[in-house]
Amino acid sequence: MINLSIEIAGIKLKNPLIVASGIIGFGEEYSKLINLNIFGAITTKTITLKPRAGNPPPRIVETDSGMVNSIGLENPGLEIFLKEKLPYLRKKFKIPIIVSIAGENSKEFVQITKALNKEKKIAGLELNLSCPNIRQERRVISLISQDAGLTYEVVKRVKKVTTFPIIAKLTPNVTDITVIAQSAESAGADALSLVNTFSALAFPPSLLNHSIASSPVFGGLSGPAIKPIVLRMIYETYRKVKIPIIGMGGINSPQDAIEFFLVGAKVIALGSALFRDPFLPQKILIGLKQYLKTQNLSLKELVGKLQK
Amino acid sequence: MRIFHLQTIVTNQKEILPGYFRLNFFAPKIAKTAQPGQFVHIYCGGDTYLRRPFSIAGVKKNQVEIIYKVVGKGTEILSRKKEGKILDVIGPLGNSFTHSPIHPFTQSLLLIAGGTGVASLLFLAQQLHRFITPSLITIFIGAKTKNDLLCVSDFKQLALNRKTGSEIGCQVKFATEDGSLGFKGLVTDLFRDFLSAYQPRREPKALLRGQPINLPASPSGGSTIYACGPYQMLKEIAKICERKQIKCQVSLENIMACGIGACRGCVIKTRMTTDKRQARIAADKFVYKTVCRDGPIFEANQIIWE
Repeated sequence: MINLSIEIAGIKLKNPLIVASGIIGFGEEYSKLINLNIFGAITTKTITLKPRAGNPPPRIVETDSGMVNSIGLENPGLEIFLKEKLPYLRKKFKIPIIVSIAGENSKEFVQITKALNKEKKIAGLELNLSCPNIRQERRVISLISQDAGLTYEVVKRVKKVTTFPIIAKLTPNVTDITVIAQSAESAGADALSLVNTFSALAFPPSLLNHSIASSPVFGGLSGPAIKPIVLRMIYETYRKVKIPIIGMGGINSPQDAIEFFLVGAKVIALGSALFRDPFLPQKILIGLKQYLKTQNLSLKELVGKLQK
Repeated sequence: MRIFHLQTIVTNQKEILPGYFRLNFFAPKIAKTAQPGQFVHIYCGGDTYLRRPFSIAGVKKNQVEIIYKVVGKGTEILSRKKEGKILDVIGPLGNSFTHSPIHPFTQSLLLIAGGTGVASLLFLAQQLHRFITPSLITIFIGAKTKNDLLCVSDFKQLALNRKTGSEIGCQVKFATEDGSLGFKGLVTDLFRDFLSAYQPRREPKALLRGQPINLPASPSGGSTIYACGPYQMLKEIAKICERKQIKCQVSLENIMACGIGACRGCVIKTRMTTDKRQARIAADKFVYKTVCRDGPIFEANQIIWE
């Protein structure tokens, strides 16, 4: 029997496969299609202090080996999350629930964290320091995790007010992600989520007259297209920090999953690939078990093996 | 309602007109539960990344049918799948057309299809044909030329009375932009002409007294007009229906990622309220709804048309 259980940031997982934020919302819809309890943990859609309507359409475009999205953090806000979404999540899921949160500044992050502190059955918080789709007056504003100082400040302040494990989710849109990763670590982050989507622009395909969407999407690129870049970023970051890494970005097969572990991810997250293949979690777990068995490796030994 | 994810097989695929395909696949569970207006989400394979949504055009025994035009790489790959090939399908998805079951004999139902919009309306027409006096159903189908008109024989079949075989079933009217068949012009023009004599009726009671009725809106609030086709066509029909105060349901499409309402990728702007006074107060207020889960069928007056 291959043991896939693993611990990250003090959160015990039955397996190292989790759902990335923004993929399944709060689980209501996907529960009708698949058994989400197959995952090691789920990460919720990012919640903000106030409800957000999100960005105007078009919001998604398929690109070569990926997709660009610009949802714009559409979410019901903290209050509805506490009243409706969290009770549902608690009832429905036996696996750890990681709540993704975002604020416009450290004060808002702290405010949301304090409100969540009293809540039961939250395994940890992921700080979304990296959504590329927030605009002010049509201009994309800079992201917290594009600035080492801001990253430090937000993580530090949140850590101060909570006992929840804190995961910092970083943007890849920086010159050197290891610098930001280190400042998150020194501020007390318990783990890193690497990475959010890549800032991108894509035009919708011609749908003749059928198209509602006609202007390009300014958004974030995800999917297999970004995988080699993400692998390199995780590889570099693994050498520089001691805290564990949750790897995500283009995982689309068991082979992809193994590659992420090899470069140093301790846990991996599925994103947009789940849209195409709801069977993917099973396929990855089976493939991973087989690989560990034939290689006679434990999961722990696989993590960062390329660098050992 | 349950959603199924199937690895199934193509049972039949035909190119019905150049570039237009009719594909059947084996899916007893979907066939049993699918409602007109719903869609299936298909992974086409090749180098596509996202699934593609297709309106369900009909169900037969254990099979589900879709009708589509090749518009890009996904549909191009799909069109090459021969009988026996594996197909990865999620469905049935979305909401469905609704009609008032309360006064089925006083309603005249109008279906308006443009291009591949015939798909969902063919399914609807076949279902309505079973439950509602066929002579009360009028179907408008538009295309560029007669060579672009889809499913003509299927709709003509509906024009026949089930029992006698005589032509007193549904009325089917064609519009072609070049006039090669039926009305010359857009299907929206044909529809507008058809409605020109119609006056909004405000007293639903009159409908129940058995007066000659051309086009009563259902007193119970059910819709009497169903449309599926290009966005601009639907927008025009919505405008006409608004003017005539007739309820209208339209089937929208959009690029989708998850197809089940989770990712919020396929939203459109809809009104917070359909109450006119309130709407004026809250003119800048809107709510995003997903085409995949809140739709694809919307009340036309609910949509904020772009």
